[in-house]
Amino acid sequence: MATTSEPGASLIGASVKRKEDQRFITGKGRYTDDVTLPGQTYAAFVRSPHANATINRIDASAALAMPGVHAVLTGADMQAAGVNPIPPGWLHPGIKIAEFRALAVGRVSHVGNAVAVVIAASPSIARDAADLVDVDYTDHPAVADAVAALAAGAPQVHPDAPGNVVFNWQLGDAAAVDAAMAGAKSVVRQHLVNQRLIANAIEPRASLANYDAAADELTLYVTSQNPHVHRLIMGAFVLGIPEHKFRVIAPDVGGGFGSKIFIYPEECVVAWASKTLGRPVKWTATRSESFLTDAHGRDHSTDVEMAFDDAGTIVALRVKTVANLGAYLTLFAPAVPTYLYGTLMSGQYNIPAIHVDVTAAYTNTTPVDAYRGAGRPEATYALERTMDVAARQLGLDPAELRRRNLIAPDAFPFQTAVALQYDSGNYEPALDKALALIDYPARRAEQAAGRAAGTHIGIGLSAYIEACGLAPSHIVGSLGAQAGLYESGVVRIHPTGKVTVLTGSHSHGQGHETTFAQIVAQELGCTIDDVEIVHGDTGRVPFGMGTYGSRSGAVGGAALFGSLQKVKDKGRRIAAHLLEAAPEDVDFAGGNFFVKGSPSRTKSFAEVSLAAYLAHNLPPDMEPGLEATTFFNPSNFVFPFGVHIAIVEVDTETGHVTLQRYLAVDDFGNVINPMIVDGQLHGGIAQGAAQALWEGAQYDSNGQLLTGSMMNYGLPKAAFLPMFETDRTVTPSPVNPLGVKGAGEAGTIASTAAVANAVLDALSPFGITHLDMPLTPARIWSAIHGSHGGN
Amino acid sequence: MYPSSFDYHAAGSVQEALALLAQYGDDAKLLAGGHSLIPVMKLRFAAPAHLIDIGRIPALSAISDGGANVHVGATARHADVAASPIVRTRVPLLAEVTAHIGDPLIRNMGTIGGSIAHADPAADLPAAMLALGASLVLAGPSGTRTVAADDFFTDVFTTALQPGEMLTEVVVPVPGAGSGAAYEKLPDPASGYAIVGIAVQLQVRDGAIASVRVGMTGLGPMPMRLAGVESALAGTAASTAAIAAAAARAGDGLSFDDDVRGSAAYKLNIARVYVRRALVRAMAASAG
Amino acid sequence: MTEINVSVNGRGHTRDVEPRTLLVHFLREALGLTGTHVGCDTSQCGACTVLLDGRGVKSCTVLAVQANGGEITTIEGLATDGVLHPLQAAFRETHGLQCGFCTPGMILSAVDLLARNPSPSEREIRHGLEGNLCRCTGYQNIVKAVQHAAHTMAGGASAVAGD
Repeated sequence: MATTSEPGASLIGASVKRKEDQRFITGKGRYTDDVTLPGQTYAAFVRSPHANATINRIDASAALAMPGVHAVLTGADMQAAGVNPIPPGWLHPGIKIAEFRALAVGRVSHVGNAVAVVIAASPSIARDAADLVDVDYTDHPAVADAVAALAAGAPQVHPDAPGNVVFNWQLGDAAAVDAAMAGAKSVVRQHLVNQRLIANAIEPRASLANYDAAADELTLYVTSQNPHVHRLIMGAFVLGIPEHKFRVIAPDVGGGFGSKIFIYPEECVVAWASKTLGRPVKWTATRSESFLTDAHGRDHSTDVEMAFDDAGTIVALRVKTVANLGAYLTLFAPAVPTYLYGTLMSGQYNIPAIHVDVTAAYTNTTPVDAYRGAGRPEATYALERTMDVAARQLGLDPAELRRRNLIAPDAFPFQTAVALQYDSGNYEPALDKALALIDYPARRAEQAAGRAAGTHIGIGLSAYIEACGLAPSHIVGSLGAQAGLYESGVVRIHPTGKVTVLTGSHSHGQGHETTFAQIVAQELGCTIDDVEIVHGDTGRVPFGMGTYGSRSGAVGGAALFGSLQKVKDKGRRIAAHLLEAAPEDVDFAGGNFFVKGSPSRTKSFAEVSLAAYLAHNLPPDMEPGLEATTFFNPSNFVFPFGVHIAIVEVDTETGHVTLQRYLAVDDFGNVINPMIVDGQLHGGIAQGAAQALWEGAQYDSNGQLLTGSMMNYGLPKAAFLPMFETDRTVTPSPVNPLGVKGAGEAGTIASTAAVANAVLDALSPFGITHLDMPLTPARIWSAIHGSHGGN
Repeated sequence: MYPSSFDYHAAGSVQEALALLAQYGDDAKLLAGGHSLIPVMKLRFAAPAHLIDIGRIPALSAISDGGANVHVGATARHADVAASPIVRTRVPLLAEVTAHIGDPLIRNMGTIGGSIAHADPAADLPAAMLALGASLVLAGPSGTRTVAADDFFTDVFTTALQPGEMLTEVVVPVPGAGSGAAYEKLPDPASGYAIVGIAVQLQVRDGAIASVRVGMTGLGPMPMRLAGVESALAGTAASTAAIAAAAARAGDGLSFDDDVRGSAAYKLNIARVYVRRALVRAMAASAG
Repeated sequence: MTEINVSVNGRGHTRDVEPRTLLVHFLREALGLTGTHVGCDTSQCGACTVLLDGRGVKSCTVLAVQANGGEITTIEGLATDGVLHPLQAAFRETHGLQCGFCTPGMILSAVDLLARNPSPSEREIRHGLEGNLCRCTGYQNIVKAVQHAAHTMAGGASAVAGD
């Protein structure tokens, strides 16, 4: 078995094959839509075709007359039953919160806004009946673009958010920036659009609720990255179901990328309908529904001003951003363009004065929230794209400009001008390594030779920093988070010495069942097959915050590590008692406790486990059993960093871009499983590169989504991508005992800017300084040839 | 996704299919591979009351070499057409174009007749039909008729097929000695459909272009021949200069619009570039 | 309702189905074979790929009645006598999956690919998987899995060179 390890072998840092794969490669994965319960019914939603409309009347009579239809329910029914709107989980001073009802009441604010639900005996009947629900609307002018929404006279999305402003948020010292700008040698200005993206996890969202009247308990299977957060918000704030009567299970989840963090209308409706009707109710999104209702990502319009002295040193940075949050505020939405964005604006650079000004706008579009990277890709793009624009303007090589501004290795811990304190870092070796591996001078020489011959190669750098491992609870609390961001980890040793781990983290592709088992096996000297990792079930696992923000290893892994130490410590005391030695004289290695200097006086971990449960001969005052719980609350974020380099070729005749090479040098601190970390990076790079080249949600001016299917929203395919080259530097994080950082988002954070910079680098002979993404052939060709395209 | 309800009829013969078509009229749709029809039924853009499955009619998927022509049955699947030794050796352009359709899984189910009769303005096969000068055999209540591809595609998703008729066979003339062909396609990154696809079939005799047909898909409301390109080339010496001059006429008689896929100028440009690339490759193939 | 007879993973089934029933729903709902997934509604993602009469097809775009008389292999039927198919083994060996949702379709599509082309180049693999979307892996280790399996199926040792 590839998953079996020798006891005592060094497992942390080993590319152990994944334990969870066996079920996935044999078709035995169990995703929400795979779960079927007796008497199950099916929900189909009636959705608004309008972006901004008043609901005059809902006539469900034809639908109700269909055989097999159990109910047609509306927002008025939910409201009458006392179901509350879905609240956002992060607040800012002065924030205007529009009522986000699971089923619209009186008014719809984006295309796809759910208006009613049909519950029927089969999914096809439910769909047939939903098509028969007749909703009479009065359509109003809509606004989809955030800048347009903030303009005078724009259509009003919500009556209680004047001018469509959700909030204005600022960070940094505006006066210091003004002063530095005034005295600067040069100021580089660039307008950037970070276009809207749609996560498109391949598993569509789904939920299945089952109300057990006998126990008065509701069970919800749901595609969630954070089942406890679902339970807390749905139970305590939306549905009014006490947490001890509400179990949320997130079984296998087919990718999330942020989109499965949030509390969505459909799962609230399904849960409520099950309780109302007394039957299991299932809903599974079609991909069309996913496009219209999964929270979207990004969608910023930004002006950057970066000031330099005559040595090419950055003296100030001013960033002004309009963030489109869509029609309603979902769970993390207020935090994404603020605390996860503005705080990252120092990047890897020593920038003495920074000011960030963000205005968030309501629009008649699908809500926008965290999507892989969540704020940090937007920040990195703003900073790194501007660095390339600046390098060109200042006549410096982009690598050289970055090098001149890196934070020095002896400056850590480094206090940025935008709140974060970087605990550790050593940036120049990663830059050097990346430049050496790509052979940067040779690539520049190739580029020059190619240009002479009419081929156009571009080389793009992206030096990023990420703040992840979300995060210190007291800090996020002071910044408006309505929850802490710790994680739970229980280690339960069975009498035979086998191990069950309960973790509040959730794996939807990250491989926790393997990496967490590696940590356990390493610490306890057992094999990873002796360990079971349980996650995703509020009925089995203590309260936890779930998986997003590249936090599982750094927070969940650290919680697990803490419990392992507690278990080992108790085991040591039991072993010492059995061996008639002092605890401090007992060591633990290779799965055995032994007396220092007398290796024959030994007790195996399994013997000690049995002794703990037999309780026939324990130290005085010791409780039986061998189990420990830890809630790990990190003292800081972790700060992965790295340098990525993309090489592209642009066919100037058609504008077509080929991504030829992609090299990533990252510092994730200590790495538990390099195979899995590389896999995370590959996927992240693909998503980030896709933003640069292919993906982009487009709305028309009436708020209709023009890219509402995989037919017209360009997800990357295998043939679009090269083999990515990866390497690492290692600077362990000091804020958790494993020294790990997060790797789940870094690829996406870095790669968008690297690829975009490469394309713009290729286009520099044509006098093109910037183009907005996606860098489609049509856009590139038109820029090269001018709007009239004369040959 | 659940299509609306319909009645299913498996036709055992062309006659039976025609009888069912006559019986159900506009309420019926023919089903072969289903890869054009089922997607629109799932999205409920189409909701026929009756589906007549012609995918089980024996011999309707046969591929045969008739000497002057290759005959391809309407329900031949794309994968079989692309892999057919007859098609590959006798009418290689058809094999090349077919291998560009959708993806391998789609090609395993989709049929030549289904794709041609559906007449998506961005589909690949119609361009090949025009370049090859193929004919389409249509069976109807009053017998069969043969329609040239030039006359078959009449508008967006519209063909010469009349109510009650079905496409049964594609007849492709075998090009003579000195022929060359090529298909150059710029696929939409999301759908895989052609933003532009240019199919060229030409013949060089004594260093001059004796005949040339250029079919274009993607950029117009329907697939069309590029008459300006063809007339610029016909009879000229086969040269790079001639190709360049002909490619410059790719937009003759056409008008392009600005839309989400790009500006009118961009579309004209890619029409020219892809025509040139297809001509260069077809010319090279004619020599070898 | 229309009666169909199909062989699924070597076992015969006779069932009445609504004509509108898609093959994927027949497999998942009537037969309980939930290893075949639905990821889109426009025949793009390939999560629903199964083998029908030995060929890879998107079972979301095939009616169950079209499969009448056919032989179907789903991911559940790919291993023989408990021994993984070389592609299944290769996906685990090379870390060709993360969330696992696209994996059954990806594996069956790769079975179809290697049946047509037993020793594909990297480019041929990437183009051969055009009908399957993966959002987790960036495809890198999927390509390696197919290379690995091709090598194994050709009789080579089951190890691939590291990066």
